[in-house]
Amino acid sequence: MFDTPNREASVSQTDIKINARDVQVFYGDNHAIKDVSVDIEDKTVTAFIGPSGCGKSTFLRCLNRMNDTIDICRVEGTILLDGEDIYDKSVDPVQLRAKVGMVFQKPNPFPKSIYDNIAYGPRIHGLARNKAELDEIVEKSLRRGALWDEVKDRLHAPGTGLSGGQQQRLCIARAIATEPEVLLMDEPCSALDPIATAQVEELIDELKQNFSVVIVTHSMQQAARVSQKTAFFHLGNLVEYGETGQIFTKPNDPRTESYITGRIG
Amino acid sequence: MTDATLNSGGESPKNRSLHTLDVRTKRRNRAESRFKAYGIAAILVGIFFLVVLAVSIIRSGAPAFSRTVVDIEFTLTQAQLDEAESQLFKTKAYQTMFIAALKEKLDARGLDVAFDDAAIERLLGKIGGDLRSFYAANPDQVGQAVSFQLPASSRVDGYFKGRVSRDTLQDSRFLMKTDLDLVDALHDAGIVRTAFNSTFITGADSGVDNPGGAGLGASVVGSFFMMLVVLVLSLPIGVAASIYLEEFAPKNRFTDLIEVNISNLAAVPSIVFGILGLAVFIQFMHLPQSAPLVGGLVLTLMTLPTIIISTRASLKSVPPSIRDAALGVGASKMQAVFHHVLPLAMPGILTGTIIGLAQALGETAPLLLIGMVGFVARGYPETVMAGFTEPNSAMPAQIYTWAARADASFYEKAWGGIIILLAFLLAMNIIAIILRRRFERRW
Ligand SMILES: Nc1ncnc2c1ncn2[C@@H]1O[C@H](COP(=O)(O)OP(=O)(O)OP(=O)(O)O)[C@@H](O)[C@H]1O
Ligand SMILES: [Mg+2]
Repeated sequence: MFDTPNREASVSQTDIKINARDVQVFYGDNHAIKDVSVDIEDKTVTAFIGPSGCGKSTFLRCLNRMNDTIDICRVEGTILLDGEDIYDKSVDPVQLRAKVGMVFQKPNPFPKSIYDNIAYGPRIHGLARNKAELDEIVEKSLRRGALWDEVKDRLHAPGTGLSGGQQQRLCIARAIATEPEVLLMDEPCSALDPIATAQVEELIDELKQNFSVVIVTHSMQQAARVSQKTAFFHLGNLVEYGETGQIFTKPNDPRTESYITGRIG
Repeated sequence: MTDATLNSGGESPKNRSLHTLDVRTKRRNRAESRFKAYGIAAILVGIFFLVVLAVSIIRSGAPAFSRTVVDIEFTLTQAQLDEAESQLFKTKAYQTMFIAALKEKLDARGLDVAFDDAAIERLLGKIGGDLRSFYAANPDQVGQAVSFQLPASSRVDGYFKGRVSRDTLQDSRFLMKTDLDLVDALHDAGIVRTAFNSTFITGADSGVDNPGGAGLGASVVGSFFMMLVVLVLSLPIGVAASIYLEEFAPKNRFTDLIEVNISNLAAVPSIVFGILGLAVFIQFMHLPQSAPLVGGLVLTLMTLPTIIISTRASLKSVPPSIRDAALGVGASKMQAVFHHVLPLAMPGILTGTIIGLAQALGETAPLLLIGMVGFVARGYPETVMAGFTEPNSAMPAQIYTWAARADASFYEKAWGGIIILLAFLLAMNIIAIILRRRFERRW
C-alpha cells in the first residue's frame, strides 16, 4: 500500500515512527476499530479523515494509550514506536505520553494561569533547571503556538479565561512544550477562525521538521494543505492510506471517492 | 404542568401578530406564574417555621444566660475569724456573722424586714461553708471588704424570670411565701440583681440540686476533643478512600458492592453506631468509658460515609477533560489527581467535611450509649491527654441530660445550651462558606 518510493526516507534512518499492525479496539461489545494496520512516518504530517464516529479519535488515542483511561476499552494488535511495542507490559504509559503528545478535540486548558498551563509539562518532566529556562520554554512554546502576542501581557491570567480558539492554541503550545517526538492532534482547528487556523497550519508545517504529526480533521482542504499522507477511515476500517495527493486526486476505493466528493459522511 | 401536546387547535401559528398572545402561550405563561407562586409559598412556609423556631429558642433559652445574684460586701476581721474557728459549728458561725452584716446593711438603707438563718439558707444555700473556704484559700482578704456575688437559689432565680410567682408558690423547705418579701426588699435595695451568667458558658454540670451552677463549658471542651478526633481520622481516611475508589479502583462487582454499602452506611441510624462503639471500643478494646476519644471514634464511623460520598461527588464533578489534559502531557495518574483534580474538588470536599463534622457535633444518641451523659463532666481536663481519655460529656448530650431533669430551671439551661450549640454550628457553616470561597478563587 505504501510502496511509493520516498526520497526523504533514504535520508533519515528511522523512516517509520509508528508501526501499527492489526489493531482492534472494542468499547465493551462495540467493535470500534477493525484490523487497522498503518505505518506513520517520521517528520511527516499524517491526516486521518473520515465520517463522524468512524473511529479516528479512538485510533489516535491508541497511539499514546489514552484509551487506558477508559475502563471498557480494550485494544488488541501491536503498535510499535521506534520498533518498541507500546502495549508491552514493561512500558509505562506515562513515559510513552511524554514522547507522544496530544491535543484534544475540545480545548481543555488547566484552570490555572496561562504560564502554569505551559510550564506544567516541563516541570513534571524536569526539562528546565531554573526559572529563566522555564520562562524561555514558555515563551518559545507560546510563540510556536501562535499565541504569544495575544497573551504576553497576561501570562498569569487564567487559561480558562481565553476565547475558545485561544484556548486551543494554548493546548497546542502546552503539548509542544514537552518536546514530544510525535504530536497527535484531534481536530485542533475545529474551534478556530481562519486566521488562527492558518497560524496552526503553519505551525504544523514547522513542527514536521522535527516531529511526526498526526492530525484528525474534518476539513478536506486542511488535510490536503498540511498533510503528506492521508488515511481514510470508514466504520472502523482503514479504507485507504497513501500519499495525500494520490488520495485526493485518484482514490483507489469508491468509498474514499464518495467521501471526498461529499457523498458520504 | 408543561404541556407538550400536539397543536390540536385550529389556529395556525403563522399569520398572527406578535402583539396578541395565543391560547397556548397564555396557558404556558399561566402555568409558569402558578409554579413561581408555589415556589414562593414554599419558601415563605420555610421562613415562617424558621422564624418560629428561632424566636422560641431565643425566648426560652435567653434566661439561661442571666442569673439572679446577691451582691454583698462583707468584711471579716481577724478577730471574727478566730472566734468562728474556735467554735464547734464553724460554718454556722460564719453564717451568723454574715447575716448580722447583712442586717446591718439593710438597716443602714432604712429597710426593715425580718429574716432568719433558714430564710438565708433558702435564698442562698448553705453559705457558711463557702465563706469559710474562701477565707481559707485567701487569707490575705481577712480584714478587707470583699464583695461577694452569690448566686441566688433556683426558685428565687425563677421568681425574677417569671417561672415562680407569689400565687403559684407553695410553701416548702425550698422557699416560703414570706421569703419573697425579703427578696423584694433586697431587690429594692439593689442587693439582689440580675447579672450575666458566665458560669453557664464556662462551668461544668453541677448536679441535680444546683441548677444555678450548671454550665456548658466542660462539655464544649468534650465536644472539641471529639471533633478533633473526628477531623483527624475521618478527613484523611475519607478523602484517601474516595480518591482511591473514584480515580484508581477498577470498576467491577466488588467496588460496586463497596459503593452501595458506603451509601447504606450513611443511612444507618446513629444509635447503631453507638451500640457498635460500646461493644467494640469499650467492651472489647477496653478504652475508657465516657471518654471523648471513644465518642470521637464512634462519630468518625458515622461521619466517614458522609465525607466519602461528598468527596466522591466533588471528584466526579471535575470534568474528565482535565484528567485527559494532565495525562496527555505525560503526568502520572497520581500527579493528575493531586495537581489538578484534587484542587478543583477541594471546595466540595471541605464543604462535605464540615457538614459531616456539624452533623457529628449535633449527634446525641450514640454518645448516650457510650456513657457520655451530662453529669460525668465535672470540670475541665487538666492535660491534653486527659481531654481525650477522661470522662466528659458533649454539648448535645449535656443538653439532653438537662432537658431530662425535673427541675424547671434545667429546662431553661437546655434551651440555652441549644443556643450555644447552634452558634457553634453556625460558625462551622460560615467557616465552610469562607473556605469554599477561598478555594474557588484560587481555582
Ligand atoms: N468512551 C467511549 N465509550 C464507548 N464508546 C465509545 C467511546 N468513545 C467512542 N466510542 C465509540 O467508538 C466509535 C468511534 O468513536 P470516535 O470518537 O473514535 O469517532 P470519531 O471518528 O473521532 O468521530 P468524530 O469525527 O465525530 O470525532 C463510535 O461508535 C463511538 O460511539
Ligand atoms: Mg473524534
